[in-house]
Amino acid sequence: MTPAMRVEVNGEAQEIPDGATVADLLAHLGVSDGPVAVERNAIIVPRAQHGSTELAEGDSLEVVQFVGGG
Amino acid sequence: MTDGPLKIGDVELGSRLIVGTGKYKDLDQTRSALEASGSSMVTVAVRRLDLEAKGGDSLIGYLKDKGYTLLPNTAGCYNVDDAVRTCRLARELGMSGLVKVEVLGDDKTLFPDVVQTLEAARILVDEGFTVLPYTTDDPITAKKLEDIGCAAVMPLAAPIGSGLGIRNPYNIEIIREAISVPVIVDAGVGTASDAAEAMELGCDGVLMNTAIAGADEPVRMARAMKLAVEAGREAYLAGRIPRRLYATASSPLQGVIGSRQ
Repeated sequence: MTPAMRVEVNGEAQEIPDGATVADLLAHLGVSDGPVAVERNAIIVPRAQHGSTELAEGDSLEVVQFVGGG
Repeated sequence: MTDGPLKIGDVELGSRLIVGTGKYKDLDQTRSALEASGSSMVTVAVRRLDLEAKGGDSLIGYLKDKGYTLLPNTAGCYNVDDAVRTCRLARELGMSGLVKVEVLGDDKTLFPDVVQTLEAARILVDEGFTVLPYTTDDPITAKKLEDIGCAAVMPLAAPIGSGLGIRNPYNIEIIREAISVPVIVDAGVGTASDAAEAMELGCDGVLMNTAIAGADEPVRMARAMKLAVEAGREAYLAGRIPRRLYATASSPLQGVIGSRQ
């Protein structure tokens, strides 16, 4: 079994495989091609870097989208 | 006097009515109301993806398909950092730098914290955003926001969702005279006459959500707001008569039969 690391996504704990990238995380969440933006430890990870940005144990991630609002 | 489209930064808008996309009963009602409003720019919020409900928000896909200009807001932000982070995420989501910046000061009134709004606006303008700040009806703050480089200034008519209408029309008029970027009345509109009044005061546009979404018949109110904004704009351009205390007769005074005795 691949060793897992713990990260926090939108305030919830998630276990993902060691060495997973932002793109892997989005695939894991089922939103790989969704219109989302990702912030890792309060810094934006541009879409073009999702595949090359490896996550680390204890990372805090925000995955956001547009919703209706005034 | 001819009237061109409303221009905010590099964005040209076909309608002077900007509407929010929150609080509607369902997607169908949202679509119908937006269409009836004639708006070309609509506000959206940035929120955490619901990890349980997969997939994007179907409303956003619809808005993009229909060619609406999306104006992301920072609703719910109470400090500079959160507002700036939200705008950066919005730019990453939308690939456009247009943002409605609101930094709230208090959850009962939802009045803006103008000190933090100014600070957030300064950072965002420096980062190249097209900033539309929600602010109070204070002309001094409005002027400062313009000086910082905001593309428009959006003073409130009254607290968000209150429906109280324009509580200080004189301040709105002073703001209109004091600054040269577009002035958009944002928040507090209750009914069509409020929107018309904002336009008659010389504002360049009106932004609203609750007044439409909260009406008994949102689609009909959306149409009323469209007409009110157009009517108010036309009346402003036409130039109203001055207010006088006494009457001035509309019919000729000569040739009246009878006598006044």
